[in-house]
Amino acid sequence: MVTIHIDGTSYQVDEQQNLLEAILSLGLDLPYFCWHPAMGSVGACRQCAIKIYKDENDTQGKITMACMEPAKEGTYLSLNDAEAKEMRSHVIQWLMTNHPHDCPICDEGGECHLQDMTVMAGHAYRRHRYNKRTYRNQYLGPFINHEMNRCIQCYRCVRYYRDYAGGDDLDAFAAHNHVYFGRHEDGVLQNEFSGNLVEVCPTGVFTDKTLKSHYTRKWDLTTAPSICHHCSMGCNIIAGERYGSLRRIYARYNGKVNGYFICDRGRFGYEFVNSDKRIQQPMLRKERNADPEPTDKQTILRHIAERIQNNDRVIGIGSPIASLESNFALQQLVGENRFYGGISNSEDRLVKTVINILRQGPARTPSLKEIENADAILVLGEDLTNTAPMMALSLRQAVRNIQKKIAQKLNIPYWQDAAVREAAQEEYSPCYIATPAGTKLDEVARKSMRLAPVDIARLGFAVAHRISNDAPGVDNLSKELASLAAEIGESLKGAEHPLIVTGTSCRNENLLHASANIAAALKNAGAQPSISFTMHDANSMGLAMMNAGTLAQAKHEVQEGNADTVIILENDLYKRIDEDAATEFLDQCQHLIVLDYLHNKTTSKAEAVLPVSAFSETFGTLVNQEGRAQRFFEVHIPAEPVQAGWQWLKDLSTAAGKNAMSDWQNFHDFTRHLSNAMPQFKDIEAISPPPGYRVADQRIPRQSHRYSGRTAMHAHHNVHEKKTPQDKDSAFAFSMEGYRGQPPPSMIPLFWSPGWNSAQSINKYQIEVGGGLHGGDPGKRLIEPQEKADSPYFKNIPEPFEPGENRWLTLPGYHIFGSESLSMHTPGVAERAPGPYLSINDHDAAQLNIKDGADATYVVADRPYTLAVKINASLPRGVVELPAGLPGLPTAILPAWGKFSEASE
Amino acid sequence: MLSEQEQREIKAEFAHYPQKRAACIEALKVVQKHRGWVSDDGIKAIADFLDMSPEEVDNVATFYNLVFRKPVGRHVILICDSISCWVTGYEQIKEHLFERLGIALGETTKDNRFTLLPMACLGACDHAPVIMIDDDLYHDLTPEKIDQILENYE
Ligand code: SF4
Ligand code: SF4
Ligand code: FES
Ligand code: FES
Repeated sequence: MVTIHIDGTSYQVDEQQNLLEAILSLGLDLPYFCWHPAMGSVGACRQCAIKIYKDENDTQGKITMACMEPAKEGTYLSLNDAEAKEMRSHVIQWLMTNHPHDCPICDEGGECHLQDMTVMAGHAYRRHRYNKRTYRNQYLGPFINHEMNRCIQCYRCVRYYRDYAGGDDLDAFAAHNHVYFGRHEDGVLQNEFSGNLVEVCPTGVFTDKTLKSHYTRKWDLTTAPSICHHCSMGCNIIAGERYGSLRRIYARYNGKVNGYFICDRGRFGYEFVNSDKRIQQPMLRKERNADPEPTDKQTILRHIAERIQNNDRVIGIGSPIASLESNFALQQLVGENRFYGGISNSEDRLVKTVINILRQGPARTPSLKEIENADAILVLGEDLTNTAPMMALSLRQAVRNIQKKIAQKLNIPYWQDAAVREAAQEEYSPCYIATPAGTKLDEVARKSMRLAPVDIARLGFAVAHRISNDAPGVDNLSKELASLAAEIGESLKGAEHPLIVTGTSCRNENLLHASANIAAALKNAGAQPSISFTMHDANSMGLAMMNAGTLAQAKHEVQEGNADTVIILENDLYKRIDEDAATEFLDQCQHLIVLDYLHNKTTSKAEAVLPVSAFSETFGTLVNQEGRAQRFFEVHIPAEPVQAGWQWLKDLSTAAGKNAMSDWQNFHDFTRHLSNAMPQFKDIEAISPPPGYRVADQRIPRQSHRYSGRTAMHAHHNVHEKKTPQDKDSAFAFSMEGYRGQPPPSMIPLFWSPGWNSAQSINKYQIEVGGGLHGGDPGKRLIEPQEKADSPYFKNIPEPFEPGENRWLTLPGYHIFGSESLSMHTPGVAERAPGPYLSINDHDAAQLNIKDGADATYVVADRPYTLAVKINASLPRGVVELPAGLPGLPTAILPAWGKFSEASE
Repeated sequence: MLSEQEQREIKAEFAHYPQKRAACIEALKVVQKHRGWVSDDGIKAIADFLDMSPEEVDNVATFYNLVFRKPVGRHVILICDSISCWVTGYEQIKEHLFERLGIALGETTKDNRFTLLPMACLGACDHAPVIMIDDDLYHDLTPEKIDQILENYE
């Protein structure tokens, strides 16, 4: 800490910061554009001008850019100096000369950093009377709208897109007063994190196209904190609603998890909530073969109550995308031993192995933020950009750690972004990636290897053995892999923060074992390893921690006649197991009761279907792949009789005369009972304050104080203003009234501060800019390794992969757009998804005489599929990939052997 | 697609730089030399050849006003509009050229003979006013001289 003097007052600030960061961290205001807390300074916009003095006697001073000046002991500066103020107002005047002043029709209006800074800098009235230069806008794909006239040339977009997110199809063009930011021609922005441009661009150049299709101003949205449901990373989001439909998703800052950003699947994949495939009414089939008919809440409850009352043959099947509370409520309804996990056996094994490894230790699972600190990385089997997108973004920052060292040596502070990049060029910390097919991250990897999963595992085992002789060695390793293992081992061993990343996407247990061995070997060698596992679903970890039975066991119960009534919670089994097996199982269930929000193949088999809330319509807790339990809150109330899964399950239980949950009054009671019932979840109650929590006797409002039309928005139904719904489940209010100050960090419904209407107001919620939130970043880690871990090495080293004779090992290939089914209800996501294909090595294709783009008939599990062939030279011979998660493809049963049918040869 | 000749000339530049992409400006000059200007396809061809994205190549191309991203006439006239030339008769020269050629700055004559472009200082300020046609510099200009000079370019 150093002391600096601002306009006569002394402050303690962090000397790692520049003056702009220090000033903002103190809670003072200073306008800026080009600096961004996640991207550092380039001094391009000249907006953050201050007066700086030689010493306390200097009265002259000189104008300087606060973002380019380190916070040094004894700095004297002024924000209020007349010259500095004038300079700032001139800068904004000049930045605005070509701006169209079209705020009323601009989607950024009301949450625009340019509006805020213009007012703050004091040149809020236009004097420019001349023509303005205009641009042609580009089509940038289904997610991002382009309006170049609003650009103020701060360069944030290209710095974010290229330098931070690794994209290469957005750039700055031309010079002078006609610099242009866009693509070389119209076309879809290819980077998976392009949506963050919406928040990074301080004006309305890049805006959210999905929001545009049902536009609502920030101040007119009803918002609440939520958690992304589209993969296992658990990114924090803010979801916004108006007129009963979900309008947009914004990143919610969490200093430990996603920071300022989210991926495009998370940002744009929300439209399933508004889908016409939503189940809106309970559906009941009066007889087995009759058509299901809509019915009312009472009838369906009565009907199901009859089925489960005094019946000890009821079982429940939970879901890795449903909340802990809903899964717990199902478990309460059917009984602990009659609750099953609802994922395939192989996946069940994998996630349980992961949990065992993490509980055993010795390595700790890092948060996304901690991943950014890794200085040597080994990725085994995961195509992270597609299986855990935000982890890929974190790794892109991690490989720059060596650049910090280079900068340090040259005495360049790390926030000097342009200088650091110039000095370090393309120097990256070691990152090794072994996957079946090429991945986008390969471009920042020191080496990337293409191997079949068992060979990746063998490489991993060999790395462990290189690090510590105690770890079992691998026989018959090729020379090439042996030397690679040696190189990787050395690099991990020599690192301060070595990181191993693997996951369940290859569906190969050996990979998990190998990774655990590397971590253990590193620990034995005195290093401090961390290990991160990606998982398939948003609550895969949480469900696995409940120690539920497996789907196979559930099936067994039904087959044996021990179960006649099966209740399935938010889980389309057709996506979990082989289709025929799913049909067979569901047909065997005498009474099938399904709770879900979207119609799917499983609901179509049900005797009774209960319409449940989607994530933005209810509360819940999810556990991400780090083992961090995080809460999401209800944004809007769904139209009756749609209600939360846990609420239906409680109603069913009560209707059936059981008193397990009968006195649970609200969501919080479910959480509390769960924390009491299962010690592994004891901390979850404390993730957010209880419903009775008040600040200054007030609730936290979900609506801004500028929310418009409240008294009129339902006038076409009834001129009397509706009574605002009471929230019994949380301390939020469905209202504009309530506490306007900063809520507890787990309950931030939107970022806003007087004078700061854009996402940049996050500064005001942080202990220091770019740091943790006041009150601590939300979420509770549930898994820590044992203090004194003495984990034995896994010894089952697999045999090397042998390509088959006329058969191919068929693996799932993942796609950020396409492999996750909820987000596919967003038209833009579906547009970006691949069609059904089969990718195959070029030599294999040549041997089979099949051409790129031709149709082939490929048989897996005795079923033929017609697929377009994609030659992918990166794949090892003998291995093919099918796109994971696309409807109609057999990804649930992969990996499996398959063959080309005669017809296509 | 780059012609073989173009590829050869660009490859010859690789030797001067640690990375292929550093030859970007030279590659643009090579293509412009052979084609008179650099089209969108030319940008893509260079990008392919240098393992860059078209955006990265176009970022460089559009930064330099002597990389022509639109077709130009057979001869390019650069007229200096910087200080020395400005005080010694730029306006007059400009008006004269406008009149003679029937085009304004940034335009090309109908017969495709000349393109007229402004340029901030041609480095011959002591002999202002100055223009440059293709690779030839003309200084101490008067409207009369210009008429003569233009005759040399078909
Ligand atoms: S488009 Fe936005 S982010 Fe990019 S330079 Fe212009 S104002 Fe800045
Ligand atoms: S990385 Fe996963 S959790 Fe994060 S925004 Fe993307 S899909 Fe959602
Ligand atoms: S923020 Fe300091 S110059 Fe742009
Ligand atoms: S000012 Fe015209 S040549 Fe320098």
